[in-house]
Amino acid sequence: MDEMIQHILEILENDARTSPEEIAALTGMSAQDVSQAIAKLEETGVIRHYKTIVDWDLVGENYVYAVIELKVTLERNQGYQVIAERIYKFPEVRSVRLLSGDYDISLTVRGKSMKDVAFFVAEKIATLDQVQSTSTRFVLKTYKEDGVILHEPESIQRLPVSF
Amino acid sequence: MRDNLNLIPLSRFIFHSTHIAYYRGVCLRPACDPSKFVSEAVKSIPSSGIRRFFDLVSGLEDVVSLGVGEPDFITPWHIREMCIHSLEKGQTSYTSNYGLPELREELTRTYYRRYGLDYNPASEILITTGVSEALDIAIRAVVNPGDEVIVVQPSYVAYVPSVILAGGKPIIVSTHRDDDFSLTAEALKPAITSKTKAIVLNFPNNPTGAIMQEEGMEDIADLVVENDLFVISDEVYECLTYEGTHIPFSSLEGMKDRTVMLNGFSKAYAMTGLRLGFAMGAPDIIHSMMMIHQYCMLCAPITAQVGAIEALRNGKGEMERMVREYDRRRHFIIKGFNGIGLECCNPKGAFYAFPYIGDMGLSSSDFAERLLNEKKVVTIPGDVFGEAGEGFLRCAYAASLDDIKKAIERMGDFVDNLKQ
Repeated sequence: MDEMIQHILEILENDARTSPEEIAALTGMSAQDVSQAIAKLEETGVIRHYKTIVDWDLVGENYVYAVIELKVTLERNQGYQVIAERIYKFPEVRSVRLLSGDYDISLTVRGKSMKDVAFFVAEKIATLDQVQSTSTRFVLKTYKEDGVILHEPESIQRLPVSF
Repeated sequence: MRDNLNLIPLSRFIFHSTHIAYYRGVCLRPACDPSKFVSEAVKSIPSSGIRRFFDLVSGLEDVVSLGVGEPDFITPWHIREMCIHSLEKGQTSYTSNYGLPELREELTRTYYRRYGLDYNPASEILITTGVSEALDIAIRAVVNPGDEVIVVQPSYVAYVPSVILAGGKPIIVSTHRDDDFSLTAEALKPAITSKTKAIVLNFPNNPTGAIMQEEGMEDIADLVVENDLFVISDEVYECLTYEGTHIPFSSLEGMKDRTVMLNGFSKAYAMTGLRLGFAMGAPDIIHSMMMIHQYCMLCAPITAQVGAIEALRNGKGEMERMVREYDRRRHFIIKGFNGIGLECCNPKGAFYAFPYIGDMGLSSSDFAERLLNEKKVVTIPGDVFGEAGEGFLRCAYAASLDDIKKAIERMGDFVDNLKQ
């Protein structure tokens, strides 16, 4: 990978709002080159999406999250793609992953209440033909989300002056 | 007990001699001024202006510091986790004086891989308590009273005092802004006399960020051979080289046995407080250093040694991530300084920018002190690192980008005010 592309991706992965001008100052490129490089990265799908990690608890929106593991049966001539697509189209589903091991597919579901989530799983997921069994686990607390620690303890103070 | 004695009339004391008094059988010896016991060697160490800065900074609020000499990253978790695990296991004993064999073997592998250097882990590597200790014992291992040791400045503050404490005579050679603060053989030559024993090098350099160019190094190596000198090369910023590649002085043809490389884990792996360094050199030198080390330190702390093994085995990714982050801040701070009218050489290594402030009508220390008092920005005056640093400020970019932005803005205001 080009060194400058790596710089741009690391900067944006850490803070998607960094402006091309600031990226230029951080890398020694021109702002125009940065903008062009980003446009290309977006175009080719390297940069998929820009989003915000929100702590909804702090605004009183107490979402309930659950991790649900599925065992599925595959139909002839169809891989996991078909079942994955059926599942990921529900907006309640935040992530879908194919796993190795005891279960086949793991999803994260978000709802307004435990009842909400439980009914969604019972009605929409468990009833799918390919789904053999489901196992639902509710999330009690999220400590780290997508590389971001949500409730970081106080940082260590360094000496303001040292050699 | 002594406090109460003030209340007791003098006549109650029975004087036994002119110096020692007894009161009810208790011996009362007179107070003394302990400063008279301090050795002449310590008294002769030049005092550093930096102490004053500690006092000035404490008590101030909303201070932005570019005054640090350490990474703002915390030691990568996998390294800390390994240290914790070793403590849980009860790995709290002494190690070999030379350091844990696994660590020395890992260093051998690392330096062979990086530069093709081949150091024998059994006899050519010594693990020390930080580079500070390695420096002290390296100098003590080679310097006889009266020997001259060339110290290239601006550079880290410990070299001159270490030479003085070893009974040697520091001879200063200056590097200059016009040469990007890199060292040339021409600059070295006039400083060499029949008494010159060794040269202390420090590249990548604290405070200038200068690195050595390969061509210049070969000329210096020739000079070293012609004058039969020894080289003490502090390469603790080795991994923080952003442009070009680091060349260990010992990797030059014929230099391995004439050089002791001092290095450590503080800067590359953000392990400053764990205090772990190492020295690599010829068996005679390493053995001599160990002779001192075994009595003054015995061994480096085992927890840090365990962490260092983990750093060498699995720390490359995290280290490179930190280096890339420094590199971005480097670009940012240089552009920022140039933007506010502070001319700044391009520092190719370490994590310091060294802007020129010599045309602002203030000495480095006045500039830094006023900047602190008026704008709450901590920088280190360049003259702390030797006279050649007068007219410059050391600004560490091992600070968060937000702090760097704030500092540049405040320094811009300060410079504007000065110019009015």
